[in-house]
Amino acid sequence: MNRSIAETRARVERSLKRRRWAERRFQAYGLGAVLLGVGFVAIMFSSLISQGWSAFRQAYVTLEVFYDPEIIDPDGTRKPEDLAIADYAALIRNSLKAKFPGVEGRAATKQLAGLVSGSAAQELQRRVVATPSLIGQKQTLVVLTSDTVDQLLKGRIDRTLEEENRTISDQQIRWADQWVRDGQLSLRFNQRFFTNGDSREPEQAGVWGAIVGSIYTLGVTLLLSFPIGIAAAIYLEEFARRNRWTDLIEVNINNLAAVPSIVFGLLGLAMFLNFFGMPRSAPLVGGLVLTLLTLPTIIIASRAALKAVPPSIREAALGMGASRIQTVMHHVLPMAMPGMLTGTIIGMARALGETAPLLMIGMVAFIVDVPKGLTDPATVLPVQVFLWAGSPERAFLERTSAAILVLLAFLVLMNATAVVLRNRFERRW
Amino acid sequence: MSTATLATPVATAAEEPAATSPPVPENCKTVGRVTADGALLIARGVNVFYGEKQAITEVSIDIARNQVLAMIGPSGCGKSTFLRCLNRMNDTIEGARVTGSIVLEGQDIYDKHQDVVQLRARVGMVFQKPNPFPKSIYENVAYGPRIHGLAADRVELDEIVHTSLQRAGLWDEVKDRLTSPGTSLSGGQQQRLCIARTIAVNPEVILMDEPCSALDPIATARIEDLIDELRESYAIAIVTHSMQQAARVSQRTAYFHLGDLIEVGETDRIFTNPRHKLTEDYITGRFG
Repeated sequence: MNRSIAETRARVERSLKRRRWAERRFQAYGLGAVLLGVGFVAIMFSSLISQGWSAFRQAYVTLEVFYDPEIIDPDGTRKPEDLAIADYAALIRNSLKAKFPGVEGRAATKQLAGLVSGSAAQELQRRVVATPSLIGQKQTLVVLTSDTVDQLLKGRIDRTLEEENRTISDQQIRWADQWVRDGQLSLRFNQRFFTNGDSREPEQAGVWGAIVGSIYTLGVTLLLSFPIGIAAAIYLEEFARRNRWTDLIEVNINNLAAVPSIVFGLLGLAMFLNFFGMPRSAPLVGGLVLTLLTLPTIIIASRAALKAVPPSIREAALGMGASRIQTVMHHVLPMAMPGMLTGTIIGMARALGETAPLLMIGMVAFIVDVPKGLTDPATVLPVQVFLWAGSPERAFLERTSAAILVLLAFLVLMNATAVVLRNRFERRW
Repeated sequence: MSTATLATPVATAAEEPAATSPPVPENCKTVGRVTADGALLIARGVNVFYGEKQAITEVSIDIARNQVLAMIGPSGCGKSTFLRCLNRMNDTIEGARVTGSIVLEGQDIYDKHQDVVQLRARVGMVFQKPNPFPKSIYENVAYGPRIHGLAADRVELDEIVHTSLQRAGLWDEVKDRLTSPGTSLSGGQQQRLCIARTIAVNPEVILMDEPCSALDPIATARIEDLIDELRESYAIAIVTHSMQQAARVSQRTAYFHLGDLIEVGETDRIFTNPRHKLTEDYITGRFG
């Protein structure tokens, strides 16, 4: 078939148009996908921040408290034991009654006391035990309000609702408004959120316990999974002979990476708690379970990194008379380290966000104290989010979002550290 | 070992002109003289298998001191495979199996008591593609002496690095930037760095696997001059694709074909008067 040059060019011209169109269409798809992703991330963050930002500020009320000797220490002993068990809530009640006179009866008094957090009485107790000379004096104090007043002040309670559909009564709203008018009520930085452990009272609940729990748990995970994972990868990639056994191990590792995480929790429950009798809810066990979870990821990534090291480097070292272990340690490992660290970052990020396996080993327990060691009962950030998300109090809603923000900040901090470390290794010659 | 019993008792191994090569196996079909005066590394009846496939068959040849042996032949003829047997680099290839004997000064290098690390310190290797370590020029050369414990202190190590670079003809070009990466050098310089790295551990034999195939003609000429100088001190075996190169740098030439060692002889003789039909066809350019 003999086509003229003009004919050929015309055909190429036509096909060119089609190809250009296909290229533009493909680019548009890609751009669309990216925009969609960015859009969802933006929606997620704006929702988290708008929901959670208010949890970083908390309502405080300024009260004038009279340290009544009749209530604190009627016998006048001034013994610390007696001072510790006195009825400090009564001091708060009296202070509130002095502010809002005319409150009579059990129900009304209870409503009045419900304006202020239970932590206020503890605060008074702490002060009196520390300085008994306060007894008999008057003091102006700033104490936490209850979570309902806090939510009212933040505008999260709908005043137009029927009284029985609200967590705060009409009377309490009037009192709170009176406080506002008198300038006694204010929103301040919520320090307790970052220093307290969990609490049943939303206004006292904080994430510090969960942060410390996460640090311990991930510390154990990193200390175990990084060296074990890299050693396993080096052995499998550089030393093990290819045979049926190494094939079997490889298949198993690849499959383990895809096993649902809760299965690792069950394994941890059966092995670490029931068989080895380790403590429940402990970061040590959590770390062990998460190690099992992250190991396959780290091993697979590390093996890929080792495979990517050019064989010529191995040959050069071996040809110089380096032993196999010297070849690996002096040349192959340093070149594979950035890839290995990337795998570790991915594994640790997954471990940080993991909830399900930790539920199985009891890290879902309600734990108020900040853990002081690897065997203390603890919880971790994602589990804390899970717990708060299931709590009925409105104030836990904003705390859930705030805890997610803290979790994300933790993740960013952790990954940034790892990336900086990796870039240091990546310094190519 | 037969070499040990045949050696004259008074001579020490170093000065011993090992004119006493072990007998060549009966089934050796190689044309020409495979033995050489001053033989240092002696291969007899070497076969290499990769799994089921036989890569080289019954190769017997001597590699002698102060001499360059060039191995030529078409692609896939087994010359590189044979070279890699001489310092057991084939060990790293899974499924590779070597039979026959390769003896370095009376010591069978495939003996199960042979330490591969020690062997490779004595038999150095330069590869086809320049492969400096991703470290500084200094560290590249110092690496061998370091792992083998050749330098007692920093001064001695500096001295070794200096001499090695000088002998590799690289010192003047890099003396002001010893700390810059070895990979920043040009291809030819990198290859000379690799040679410097090899001679830094003071080997007895240097194996070169097509050391100039990735280099331009000027860099190639420099390496060839260098090989000629190094011949004074070492036994050198070089695999090359280029017949001109073999003619320029070597004293003896071995022609491989499909895993067989066809012909060995003085380089001049091989190129002017080949005795085997295949050798003649190859050097006259009828194939290859």
